[in-house]
Amino acid sequence: MTELNIKLTKEIELLRLVTVGSVDDGKSTLIGRLLVDTKGAFEDQLLAVRKKKGEQEIASAAEIDLAMLTDGLSAEREQGITIDVAYRYFATPKRKFIMADCPGHEQYTRNMVTGASTASAAIILIDARSGVMPQTRRHTHILGLLGVPHLVVAINKMDLVDFDQTIFEKIRQDMADYCTRQGIRDLICIPMSALDGDMVAVRGDRMPWYEGETLLETLESLPVLGDIDDQPFRFPVQLVNRPQTKELPDYRGFMGTIVSGTVRVGDSLTALPSGKSSTVKEIVTFDGSLNEAFSPQSITITLSDEIDISRGDMLVHTDSGVEPRKEITANICWIGSEPLEPKKKYWIKHTTNTLKAMVTEIDFRTDIHSLQHDSADQLTMNEIGQVQLKLLKPVYADNYADNRSTGSFILIDSFTNNTVGAGMII
Amino acid sequence: MSEHKLTQLKALEAESIHIIREVVAEFRNPVMLYSVGKDSSVLLHLARKAFYPSPLPFPLLHVDTGYKFKEMYEFRDNYCKEVGVDLIVRRNEGAIAKGMNPKEFGVARCCGALKTQALLDALEEGGYDAAFGGARRDEERSRAKERVFSMRDEFGQWDPKNQRPELWNIYNGRIHEGESVRVFPISNWTEMDVWLYIREENIPIVPLYFAKERPMVERGEMLIPYYEENKGQLLEGEEPTMVMSRFRTLGCSPCTGAVRSSAATMDEIVAEAAAARRSERETRIIDHGANTMEDKKKEGYF
Ligand SMILES: Nc1nc2c(ncn2[C@@H]2O[C@H](COP(=O)(O)OP(=O)(O)O)[C@@H](O)[C@H]2O)c(=O)[nH]1
Repeated sequence: MTELNIKLTKEIELLRLVTVGSVDDGKSTLIGRLLVDTKGAFEDQLLAVRKKKGEQEIASAAEIDLAMLTDGLSAEREQGITIDVAYRYFATPKRKFIMADCPGHEQYTRNMVTGASTASAAIILIDARSGVMPQTRRHTHILGLLGVPHLVVAINKMDLVDFDQTIFEKIRQDMADYCTRQGIRDLICIPMSALDGDMVAVRGDRMPWYEGETLLETLESLPVLGDIDDQPFRFPVQLVNRPQTKELPDYRGFMGTIVSGTVRVGDSLTALPSGKSSTVKEIVTFDGSLNEAFSPQSITITLSDEIDISRGDMLVHTDSGVEPRKEITANICWIGSEPLEPKKKYWIKHTTNTLKAMVTEIDFRTDIHSLQHDSADQLTMNEIGQVQLKLLKPVYADNYADNRSTGSFILIDSFTNNTVGAGMII
Repeated sequence: MSEHKLTQLKALEAESIHIIREVVAEFRNPVMLYSVGKDSSVLLHLARKAFYPSPLPFPLLHVDTGYKFKEMYEFRDNYCKEVGVDLIVRRNEGAIAKGMNPKEFGVARCCGALKTQALLDALEEGGYDAAFGGARRDEERSRAKERVFSMRDEFGQWDPKNQRPELWNIYNGRIHEGESVRVFPISNWTEMDVWLYIREENIPIVPLYFAKERPMVERGEMLIPYYEENKGQLLEGEEPTMVMSRFRTLGCSPCTGAVRSSAATMDEIVAEAAAARRSERETRIIDHGANTMEDKKKEGYF
């Protein structure tokens, strides 16, 4: 990076990405290329995975066994497959990217759900020779379900189809049709050769018919968080800060992360589920008090009145007309090795709230191939379905489509303590 | 529509504070591992921010091998006193008394005794159910798959094939009696982020990170700092010379190399990190050898 870039790094934004593809579509090659072209992979790490040992200079991505760079665990290298989400980091002068690299095997749907849960954009790999595969549809469906706001389709290996525009257009049309049916609106398709680098970081001159941006330009210009800022204020209370020192004998600060919206000093807030209200006295941070704070800042709020608030409560603006609920409908992606059983009690963790819950009914299971709804008595690992849940106490929750933080939850097995379900409220 | 945007550093800061607070909310007896290095400095700074205006609700634990640079001990004692944190220092006294060292016993055994065993003993002695560490996923490839909340069994060991999925920013803090978690609040930070943040927040760090003429021994591609008292560790034909150098990471003196550098200010360090072609762990002997980071982590190493 040049000196100019160093100054800019102070102002760059963060974009969380997830990358998915079927085996051999070229995902490792693409990630390797992004890492190399943005210098996110260091030379000694590259030297450790080169195909030919010995030489000191690395001329091109083709020389490096890029899959080795991305397969982190020895268990994976032994089996020659990737079994776990890996996180990769790279930066350009405009943005820093955190990329969740998800294995493509069907049995690892749970990894994809994990990687997609925090992503603002997804890169879906397609081999131009094979076009849209059932696996591609499955991945796209899951990304839609997880509410990933922007989908970027990398139509790869264009060099193997003579950079033929009609092949690209056909795949683009297929993806567009599928996404429309899924209600996914933001779709960008880019033809590329991950191996040679065309349309990844540089344009190349072999696809003059394509007028869109390169992959990297696209990633640099996507909106970071959608319009989360225009959303209503939601503040799940994490902890209550009570220093009880001589200087601060009666101080009570509510600590938490603003998961959406904005709050200002003087705003009237209501704590849910109790419904008690007060006004914001101070927005406290280590770096001084603020007049306003916004998502995703982690702050401490003090109120003008002493009202009883504890971990798990949610602060919202007064009169936002929202109600806590005890019964919820949700899409669940099951990630536990033991199947989901109706009537069994689980722990649910929703924002900062952990409480007992029961699945009262499985409405249906979605056949991930046909997207048909089937009736089911249980959900096994990697299956997705819609369920009814009853909670021990009322909580305040939004719909996942409106708010990914307050609309999501995990289910925890009360015996093993493992995370077994990922839930999205509808 | 609106101007409300966080820079990526502030977004990382907010995420880390969220993680630190979740641990304090969900665990009975947390502790923060403090290695005196730059990542620990950042971690400690974030923890102070998380609980302001209260003091830290947990102690710091320094697992000392006895082989740290003297500048590190001085810095540790002064800084911890200055910010008013509760510092616990633990060492594997038995192994130290027997003269454990990397030259005779090998790096793997030395690390195993002085770091891993000392850490496991200290965690058990303190009865801690959560231990914060400053590891980052960009450091090494097995770390790329590490969770933010990393489960350890009763023996403090890690099972990479059996990790809990982590969804959204909802962390599962439920564990059985005897189990514990290692928590990595700066998982998503890169080396560059750490340097930028130290610069932006004026976080004090050990002076060894800044370039200076220092006595060094050249061993292959490594630059090994020379101290009068470690004279005995010189190999045949080695001679100390003065080299303008600094450290990108700090570990134990016999096993941490310096790099040739003239970066003597934070701006120069940031510029050097930005131009770096080699990862910082290259200067750590622990990563090179048959016993990989993944093996060490399974045994209980951080
Ligand atoms: N010709 C060509 N081959 C590619 C391209 N991208 C990847 N490949 C090759 O396709 C194979 C599978 O790629 P890999 O990245 O390992 O796939 P993954 O399983 O999706 O990670 C490798 O032999 C790559 O060299 C491309 O753009 N053009």
